[in-house]
Amino acid sequence: MSMATVTVQPVERENYLNKEYGVGSWLFTTDHKRIALLYLMSITFFFFIGGFFALLIRLELLTPVGDLVQADTYNKLFTMHGMVMVFFFLIPSIPAVLGNFLVPMMIGAKDLAFPRINLLSWYLYIIGGIMMLHCMLTGGVDTGWTFYTPFSTAFTNTKIVEAGLAIFVAGFSSILTGLNFVVTIHRMRAPGMTWSRLPLFIWAHYATSIIQILGTPVIAITIVLVAVERTLHLGIFDPRLGGDPLLFQHLFWFYSHPAVYIMILPSMGVVTEIIACFARKRIFGYSFVAFSSIAIAVFGFLVWAHHMFVAGISVYAALVFSLLSYAVAVPSAVKVFNWTATLYKGSIHYDAPMLYAFGFIGLFTMGGLTGLFLAALGIDVHVTDTYFVIAHFHYIMVGGALMGYLGGLHFWWPKISGRLYPESLARLAALIVFLGFNLTFFPQFILGYLGMPRRYFQYPQEFQVLNVLSTAGATVLGVGYLLPMLYFLWSMRYGKPAPDNPWNAAGLEWMTSSPPTTFNFEKEPVVTWEAYNYDELDAPHKEEVPVVR
Amino acid sequence: MSDSTVVGLHHEEQHHPELLHHFAEPQQQRDAASLGMWIFLGTEVMFFGGLFCAYLIYRRWYFGDFGAASKSIDATLGATNTAVLICSSLTVVLAVWAAQTARRTLLIGSLVITMLLGLVFLGIKGKEYKDKFEEHHVPGASFSFDHVPIPGHADQYANPRHAEIFFSLYFIMTGLHALHMIIGLGLFAWLLFMAWKGRFTPEYHTPVEIGGLYWHFVDIVWIYLFPLLYLIDRHP
Repeated sequence: MSMATVTVQPVERENYLNKEYGVGSWLFTTDHKRIALLYLMSITFFFFIGGFFALLIRLELLTPVGDLVQADTYNKLFTMHGMVMVFFFLIPSIPAVLGNFLVPMMIGAKDLAFPRINLLSWYLYIIGGIMMLHCMLTGGVDTGWTFYTPFSTAFTNTKIVEAGLAIFVAGFSSILTGLNFVVTIHRMRAPGMTWSRLPLFIWAHYATSIIQILGTPVIAITIVLVAVERTLHLGIFDPRLGGDPLLFQHLFWFYSHPAVYIMILPSMGVVTEIIACFARKRIFGYSFVAFSSIAIAVFGFLVWAHHMFVAGISVYAALVFSLLSYAVAVPSAVKVFNWTATLYKGSIHYDAPMLYAFGFIGLFTMGGLTGLFLAALGIDVHVTDTYFVIAHFHYIMVGGALMGYLGGLHFWWPKISGRLYPESLARLAALIVFLGFNLTFFPQFILGYLGMPRRYFQYPQEFQVLNVLSTAGATVLGVGYLLPMLYFLWSMRYGKPAPDNPWNAAGLEWMTSSPPTTFNFEKEPVVTWEAYNYDELDAPHKEEVPVVR
Repeated sequence: MSDSTVVGLHHEEQHHPELLHHFAEPQQQRDAASLGMWIFLGTEVMFFGGLFCAYLIYRRWYFGDFGAASKSIDATLGATNTAVLICSSLTVVLAVWAAQTARRTLLIGSLVITMLLGLVFLGIKGKEYKDKFEEHHVPGASFSFDHVPIPGHADQYANPRHAEIFFSLYFIMTGLHALHMIIGLGLFAWLLFMAWKGRFTPEYHTPVEIGGLYWHFVDIVWIYLFPLLYLIDRHP
């Protein structure tokens, strides 16, 4: 493709970063790569806000008594932590940053199908974010991120409506991103880029987009109903007025369970790319991995009531939902087995992205297996609403989604910024994150199993040792997150200029310059090869020069 | 939200009359726009779907109360509105055909009639809301639905609390539908302006097409709302 560009490295080639300067050139850009960077900055901001709340929660739980904050404040802290992390960090994280940057490049397109709508989605995210910040600064919400009725509609006097509207607006940002991806993947692929040649990152984002498109409107209308019920005192979810609080839970989880797959599927896509590259092998069972993404998206819509086993749903419904929840484990396991099979006899390199990918596989497997405990009706009764649940979903969302996000950032950072990050520091950070994460959340499995309930600011004396361990781990984890932010910023100025393909990786995004030009490719690529053709890339006679196809 | 799908495309079209830079050919651009609108309508189905789900559950729970409450709405007004919307769908189709075949006058005429029909719909809707307000059927403090017999059970009265849920859903569903109509009117006003300036040609008329898709969708939502809210307990 654009191999001519590799030979000479002029000081400043024109690229998407230096084409235009000034605030206006960023705020009015329609370039998917610049919008990805806008997202990167904004979600990093919210990540640290959410992290700040997490820090306060962990500090409060250092001792069994309520000394740092009292119950009301504590309720607000975990609510705001959940809402910020779920709606303003995890859901946009990989799709809006890495997906935005990479989806058009990976399929050989110049941009997403609707560049202006892409920018609009960022503005919606920002508007929602400002509303959420305003809500937090003027009092916050104390219902937990789940907004359960009738507490949220008839009892609490905190800012439900404003927080709900913030999520409503941010939700449309998510819908528009998903819509843009689906249309782009359907209509914008370069000649020769057939569905079976797509990188699995694209398949993962396709599946994610389906969930965003079909799930998010349901939470949107649910929020509208909560807001209307709260302001006009209607009785749709209020049992005193003939309404059904369980209906709220059904509608809420119909989105909020698949939302977990919005967070984890893109991460799986990232990990797939990384593993193929650092094992120097084609992914084992390409089509199984591709279709397991779709299967997860489909099954993910059929399991929501496993959040409600103790809420009073019928035992027959519970049986069916339990069974279906087990079914999700099948495509998830397909992925884990196929990654492992890819590693088998691979030529494995332990660079920082790969360390994150290894971390992902281990932590996701633990999170997934403990999910099966929760899908089992009997065990669920014992551990519902305990720290076991907290630990389980943090293994998925933080151990899984966030590890994938960090791994992806490291993997594509040379492409995004045109600079190399400091490798040994990055490996150290990956190790710190892994250790800190396990120290934080593994004790919570034990705490939950022993019966420590979630969402309380006090606990019996006998739980203190494990809580101290967890808080200590959170501190380590915090250091692990600060490090990458610092050296990424450092590398933007002082990092070594990155070659076009520093990992010698397969994929169209590596065949253009680093950083790419505004339209990604100098001329439209024509694809004649399968994805992950690492055996061709590594063939001895092609070692030096870029591959001529 | 909805009009942004179309508007976004159009502003760019203004600057590049032929083709946006990132598309290879006009056909690709057209396909992308129409697929985008179809997917958007998919999200709309899910958006209204939550409400239909709530409706179906409470209709089953409070069968008789819903029947009684439904009977208090003027079905003639609802039926008129249904006819109005079906006619507007016809004029939308005419508009698309006129754009495809370069009949500018017919295009402008069809768009104008479509918008007029939309306004008639909203007017009738307003009349209906006014009636409900005067009958104290608007949920809230002054709601009253006492001593209304359940159809088929002359000795039983409908439970006002349950009827109030019906009216809550009635106002939210029709209100949301009316909001979509208003957005549609804005969209069509913009299409009219572009048609007036002669911007649509047989080669380029995607906005009319996907604007039409949106209008049809809003009509179809009404086709489901009408029987569920007005007709569930009517007998000859």
